[in-house]
Amino acid sequence: MEKHCTDSRVKGVSTGTTILAAIFDGGVVIGSDSRASMGGEYVSSKTINKVIQVHDRIFCCMAGSLADAQAVIKSAKFHLSFHSVQMESPPQVIAAASVLKDLCYKNKDELQAGFLTAGWDKKNGPQVYVVSLGGMLISQQVTIGGSGSTYIYGYVDAKYKPNMTKEECLQFATNALALAMGRDNVSGGVAHLVVITEKGVEHVVVPGDKLPKFHDE
Amino acid sequence: MSSIGTGYDLSASTFSPDGRVFQVEYAMKAVENSSTAIGIRCKDGVVFGVEKLVLSKLYEEGSNKRIFNIDRHIGMAVAGLLADARSLAEVAREESSNFRSNYGHDIPLKHLSDRVAMYVHAYTLYSAVRPFGCSFILGSYDKDDGPQLYMVDPSGISYGYWGCAIGKAKQAAKTEIEKLQMKDMTCRELVKEVAKIIYIVHDEVKDKAFELELSWVGEVTNGRHELVPKDVREEAEKYAKDSLEEEDDSDEDNM
Repeated sequence: MEKHCTDSRVKGVSTGTTILAAIFDGGVVIGSDSRASMGGEYVSSKTINKVIQVHDRIFCCMAGSLADAQAVIKSAKFHLSFHSVQMESPPQVIAAASVLKDLCYKNKDELQAGFLTAGWDKKNGPQVYVVSLGGMLISQQVTIGGSGSTYIYGYVDAKYKPNMTKEECLQFATNALALAMGRDNVSGGVAHLVVITEKGVEHVVVPGDKLPKFHDE
Repeated sequence: MSSIGTGYDLSASTFSPDGRVFQVEYAMKAVENSSTAIGIRCKDGVVFGVEKLVLSKLYEEGSNKRIFNIDRHIGMAVAGLLADARSLAEVAREESSNFRSNYGHDIPLKHLSDRVAMYVHAYTLYSAVRPFGCSFILGSYDKDDGPQLYMVDPSGISYGYWGCAIGKAKQAAKTEIEKLQMKDMTCRELVKEVAKIIYIVHDEVKDKAFELELSWVGEVTNGRHELVPKDVREEAEKYAKDSLEEEDDSDEDNM
């Protein structure tokens, strides 16, 4: 995913951030850090939640400009809720991702927001989609994003395995976020994780002092 | 059978004193004047059959099709004014295409049926337009949701069905359809029965030549709606003609 740009063209508060999503056997884990910063100098919030629920079994992570991402998600949430009522069934994860993609693509000149969408639906089980800044939509097994993601590509490539158990995947996600938060100055705070399966949704929050520590900490 | 509206039937925006909208009822009569179309849902798919009357020997074979492809996985068989039906097929196609563009997956048939029915209904509200003079049957197959069949009539209501018939011989066709155990049949078996029903309800005296249009969508086509291949169609027509002869023979014996 694109690197977050810290020059003055960025509008207002932006999320220097680390976000990730990964599929395991029977579900998906989506998570993020909790720091919002202004221009890489000032932490405007230590405890922001970047994992937003857009439907019962579908969550999104925001990246880019926080204002833009919040506005897009608000519109998408409404749209999806209406769609779900019309369909008389929960929306498919691809539908949520497509709605976000449309908003990002059609307004690409004004917006600077990207998303990870993860969820579970009856037809295709657990899925993860990436909607990039310009409105590209692709499906992946595991994906990372935000400025902190550059520091953990190696870790994710080496450690991710398909069909992990829920516990293994949670540990993998926590480790990845911790490593990114440890090196990226605009990512930090607590690790917010959400586990989505057919049965339901589980929120896991790992405070800063409980994050895994590595050899030099 | 027909009741005259006398003054309350001039536009779709007028109710009669007994609560009827005559223009809509007249539109349904237009459907009843058209030749029959049937759609039947079986265990693993949906089969459509249309009795396409050939009014002149000069027509090119296969012209003026009454079965349309709405999307890869959805087919539509129509009865009534063909021009109205074509326009609605286009509406249905746009709906499916927009849905896929917005939501990234195939449109569920019930939703498409509701949307097109809403469109048809809109034309029953105003005096500036007339209602659509056609009914149509929509069918699709999905490996998770299975086969689905919906019918929309000129009043703008959509109904879900296991088997349904529209057009002039719909009563006779319905009787024949009710005799079938469709929930236990496969598409290949059903294609022959559909051909047979069309042959049975075709009136040799009043309408002479006809072309049988057959299409299916199901596991046999991997979820794509297609006209039935030539060899299957010929087998089905042969089965239909042979069954009719048998019945004729057995009638003679009884005499």
